[in-house]
Amino acid sequence: MDYFLSEEQKMIVDLARKITQEQIVPNRARLDEEEKFPTDILKKIAEADLFGLYIPEEYGGFGGGVMDFCLAVEEFSKGCIGVSVSFAANALGSYPILAFGTEEQKKKYMPDIASGEKLAAFGLTEANAGSDAAGVQTTAVLKGDHYILNGTKQWITNGGEADTYTIIAMTDKAKGARGASVFILEKGMDGFTFGKKEKKLGIRASATTELIFQDVKVPKENLLGREGMGFIVAMKNLDHSRPGIAAQGVGLSQGALDEAVKYARERVQFGKPISSLAVIQHKLADMATQTEASRALLYAAARFIDSKPREMSKLSAMAKLFATDTSMYVANEALQVFGGYGYMREYPMEKYFRDAKILQIYEGTNEIQRNVIGAQLIKESAAKK
Amino acid sequence: MTNEIKVIKDKCKGCNLCVKACGFGAITIKDKLAIIDLAKCTYCGACEDVCKFKAIEIVRDDVDRSEFKDYKGVWVYGENRDGEFATVVFELIGEGRKLADKLKEELSVIIIGDNSKNLISKLEQIGVDNVYFMEDKLLKDYETNTYTTVIEDAINAHKPNIILYGASSEGRSVAPRIAARVQTGLTADCTELDINDENDLAQTRPAFGGNIMATILCTRRPQMATVRPHVMTKATKSKSKTEINIVELTTKVSKDDLHTKVLDYVKETKGNVNLVEADVIVTAGRGIQGPENLKLIEELADALGGCVGASRAVVDADWIDHFHQVGQTGKTVHPKIYIACGISGAIQHVAGMSSSDIIIAINKDPEAPIFDVADFGVVGDLFQVIPKLIKELKK
Amino acid sequence: MHIVVCIKQVPDTAEVKINPETNTLIREGVPSIINPFDENAVEEALRVKEQCGGSITVVSMGPPQVESTLRDMVAMGVDDIILISDRAFAGADTLATSYTLGKTIQKYLGDYDLIIFGKQAIDGDTAQVGPGVAEYLGIPQMTYVVKIDEVFSDRLIVKRELEEGYEIVEASLPAAITVIKGINEPRYPSLKGKMKARSAELKVVSAADIDADPERIGLKGSPTWVSKIFTPPAKGNTEKIVDEDGSSASIVVEKLKKLQVI
Repeated sequence: MDYFLSEEQKMIVDLARKITQEQIVPNRARLDEEEKFPTDILKKIAEADLFGLYIPEEYGGFGGGVMDFCLAVEEFSKGCIGVSVSFAANALGSYPILAFGTEEQKKKYMPDIASGEKLAAFGLTEANAGSDAAGVQTTAVLKGDHYILNGTKQWITNGGEADTYTIIAMTDKAKGARGASVFILEKGMDGFTFGKKEKKLGIRASATTELIFQDVKVPKENLLGREGMGFIVAMKNLDHSRPGIAAQGVGLSQGALDEAVKYARERVQFGKPISSLAVIQHKLADMATQTEASRALLYAAARFIDSKPREMSKLSAMAKLFATDTSMYVANEALQVFGGYGYMREYPMEKYFRDAKILQIYEGTNEIQRNVIGAQLIKESAAKK
Repeated sequence: MTNEIKVIKDKCKGCNLCVKACGFGAITIKDKLAIIDLAKCTYCGACEDVCKFKAIEIVRDDVDRSEFKDYKGVWVYGENRDGEFATVVFELIGEGRKLADKLKEELSVIIIGDNSKNLISKLEQIGVDNVYFMEDKLLKDYETNTYTTVIEDAINAHKPNIILYGASSEGRSVAPRIAARVQTGLTADCTELDINDENDLAQTRPAFGGNIMATILCTRRPQMATVRPHVMTKATKSKSKTEINIVELTTKVSKDDLHTKVLDYVKETKGNVNLVEADVIVTAGRGIQGPENLKLIEELADALGGCVGASRAVVDADWIDHFHQVGQTGKTVHPKIYIACGISGAIQHVAGMSSSDIIIAINKDPEAPIFDVADFGVVGDLFQVIPKLIKELKK
Repeated sequence: MHIVVCIKQVPDTAEVKINPETNTLIREGVPSIINPFDENAVEEALRVKEQCGGSITVVSMGPPQVESTLRDMVAMGVDDIILISDRAFAGADTLATSYTLGKTIQKYLGDYDLIIFGKQAIDGDTAQVGPGVAEYLGIPQMTYVVKIDEVFSDRLIVKRELEEGYEIVEASLPAAITVIKGINEPRYPSLKGKMKARSAELKVVSAADIDADPERIGLKGSPTWVSKIFTPPAKGNTEKIVDEDGSSASIVVEKLKKLQVI
């Protein structure tokens, strides 16, 4: 299936594919087993210039858009989404700076992120603020030239590994949803520490930690945009990053599907390969169709967002919702094709299955995605009157 | 040597016989006409031989044999270090004697170093007729330029027909330099040598990663070949008591002729590690699961008096130094016994050890490709087999 | 510092199989790759350049399709690329190839400081071209290099990996070295590099361009030639036993005794 990629996009795919096959696939089982952060692999990705795909050239990036980014994420995800999320979370952590930062802020932080020298992370979620993001309790109080931050963030991807953090904190509780602001924090700031690395069902190579703020002094200059913009920034950020998660879904689906097809051709039962059985062929057909559909929707959404439209939430939510529900379905069916072998840790399928679940949960649960889509549909219908 | 290969259009029927015969995939048929890809063709003539219609013609220049009669004798390069010959030298003498007998010519050894005279006694009664030696303090360590010049002068003065070198790091450094210096042919890594009907040296060696064997001929003199250690049989004691004829070479060597300087030589200390000369090698593959299990492999190697080898996976994982790597991008070895432990048998590894005399494989996967090249295979858990093996050997 | 790297495009011998019916190589569908040792050579050149500054020219003798491999080298970060291609070079053995490469370097890259080769090409496996070119140019050679210890403007100190140990060797520049796989891990081409490679200028050099002596190139310049090829005899049937709790150990020891190993 040809999606009419440009020359540069084909190069991105080639490079990402090579790295996936040579670096990610041979190491993924071990990284999962040892719950080890893929530092070496990220270094290679940095060498290949792939960290700066969505970052403008003036900050050392490639000057591409969401589509280019998603192509790389998709390839990495065919190998392991623990690795691809470590890569993708940088976009989530740095996009707020790109979209809302001052020239000084961009010049200060973006080049290192574009080169892969420094990693980024986005801190929104808290123990009491998951889907209900407005429940954020981390506070930021202005004292002279600094904001003092107190609070704890939970389940932050790249926590402890990243150097640059964009954090949502309440500057004015009274204002409710309009009382949050975004701050740029750096690893090493006094009072900014990390909790232990969480033990998870899947994406075990990814670093998921608490961020702990105890009277952290953040310079005034590190405020992104203006006070009160916190949730606007957060929502726009998530809108923008959803295709990346969709890309993870598409990649995981494809990876699991390819393994299942290969296995079906090799596994002989009743005197012939199980791929000759209609029941298996139908399973594979359904898996492939859903995967292709999720890919087509992803690319459409990504390209649409790159055209800088006024409203993008609905399509971006659809892409995330569909691709991630698909990946859970495909991983489950693929494991079924593998039968008993699918359940054994020696084979890669159980990892695909364990990994896939998170895609339906993070960066906005699929229930929240449905909220977004539903709300937008009604809004559009009302506007037509 | 000019060779021209052409397909005679009128005679070619596009029958495909030549395509099947070509070992290098150089021929395709288009519109019922054979087309030869010159980039792949080696002019070996397999297609010409098989064509029923005589549609392929290879025109070869006649080899100018007029000067060949002046070149006589088989020479062996006497590689040596610290007062000892490299083991391969004795294998070359064994093989060289056979070739010299077939040619009815003499066998000589050329020794270069700072201690050459003292080494001559080690060559007694094994069929060596002459020794050419060059002794000079400056030549203590192998150095390419001086050694090349010494051999070049010796070739010009004494005109050998054939020169054999061990395919060691030294042999493979000096031989091509001499070949380029005197503008003659060199065949590397030969596994078989013979004299053909035209009295030429037929040099057979593996190519394409060991997938194919090629026999090479040389159109000039001297004919030179580097030979793999452990493939030819060592020289045996000869019954004749002829004294070796000793000739001192007269090349003048000065400090300025030394173009490289050895600053230090560090022997690898971890036990016996000369893999290339080893009789027994026990190799660890990814199946040993971790560096802490290498000692099991070491114990087995010790019990057999052998060396420890490693697959690329083990070296890449940093469990052992690259020094021990066996395979296409590591060392090529030819031991009597090669025991592959937890090695899958990927072609890149096999290329480095396939000419071992006996290959024993231990792997828990009965489908592992290593069993295709092994002489004897054990399908089992190496963590159970090897300790028991060590116990049995210690009995 | 001007570094020259000589590379060769080879069939991926790991993928080459023998057709069991005709006993010949199956070369269709076998990808052409950069000789793995040459990739290490280019990577080493890039590291030396990162340390000392200068430029890197990659040269290759081969048919026109080698262009893609040369562009891949630009994507890795080299500065210039030269393809030496001419029908007249066809059938060259290592002597003729060394002459051709040497002549090209002399004519176009005369100010070189260091020439880096991969130890050997995985199709020919001779390891002769590096020393052959060094001889033609009359420069010192150091083979089996596993590490470049120090680079100065006028000399080089390297570590060589030999059979029983390591040797530290020094030579003055210009010099040639051949490198082995353990020396480095080649980098991936970067995206910026790949885009640069697309528009990079490729210099194509013919036999006439280098005033090649027709007696020394191609088949005419090759004293060695292939008179026969055949497939190696396949190893006979493997005797396989299944181990149970180490039961095979005694059988293996019996075998080793029979073979007079112990």
